Amino acid sequence: MSHETTVARRQVEITNGLGLHVRPAQKFVELACRFQAEIRVRHNGTEVDGKSILSLTTMAAECGTRLELEARGPDATAAVEALAGLVSARFYEDENGEPIPAEPGMEPAR
Amino acid sequence: MKLLDFVVREAILVDLQATGKEEAIREMVGSLHHAGRLSPTDVESVIRAILGREELGSTGIGQGVAVPHTRHPTLQRLIGTVALSRRGVDFAALDGEPVDIFFLLVSPQNQPGDHLRALENISRHLKDERFVSFLRQAESRENVIEVLEEADHGST
Repeated sequence: MSHETTVARRQVEITNGLGLHVRPAQKFVELACRFQAEIRVRHNGTEVDGKSILSLTTMAAECGTRLELEARGPDATAAVEALAGLVSARFYEDENGEPIPAEPGMEPAR
Repeated sequence: MKLLDFVVREAILVDLQATGKEEAIREMVGSLHHAGRLSPTDVESVIRAILGREELGSTGIGQGVAVPHTRHPTLQRLIGTVALSRRGVDFAALDGEPVDIFFLLVSPQNQPGDHLRALENISRHLKDERFVSFLRQAESRENVIEVLEEADHGST
């Protein structure tokens, strides 16, 4: 096991109709907090803490917004992979913000 | 967007009586109704919708703050209120702590952008310890309005 700090980055696009509102931000933070890596989210020159709901909701990221995810830490690659998966799965909500079930196997592996 | 663009001044509550989630939501939504901004026929469905949203996960996001909200088909524009609790409300917050600052929002059905911008505004100020501290010290509706006005003036 390597304990070197690795950095991983990924571009993602918000594709759920309601954008990055409170519930998606909560899901993002819950998932981010399962990883040791520090998570940063960048948009239009601003950078926020990916483990803070209030920081994520200050981005007002509407549907169609592109964000850059960056993770730093031993599990950075897995963290970015999992978080990008959550965003591309539209935070498991439909166009009205109603929850849709997660597909089996979509749960991020530890 | 500024806080006082959507916070209904007459609906601000500085001494929420409720100590439980449903009563707290009833009190805040009732206050929007008494301020003339929510028709009597909508009150119950707005309360139900906000409670339904809470079931998906508490909007008590920690550090004594909650942002209960919903979208509602009959609304023409975004409205909201601020409520302070002296005793604290058991809101099933993520950190388990009681909530004493509420920003409640009711948005029209098809304006997700406005909802996000209101949320952006609220979040940005709630991250400011000075703002939160002044809000907690506010003893009257006028005091709360002053704190919100000052925050709005500092916004670009």
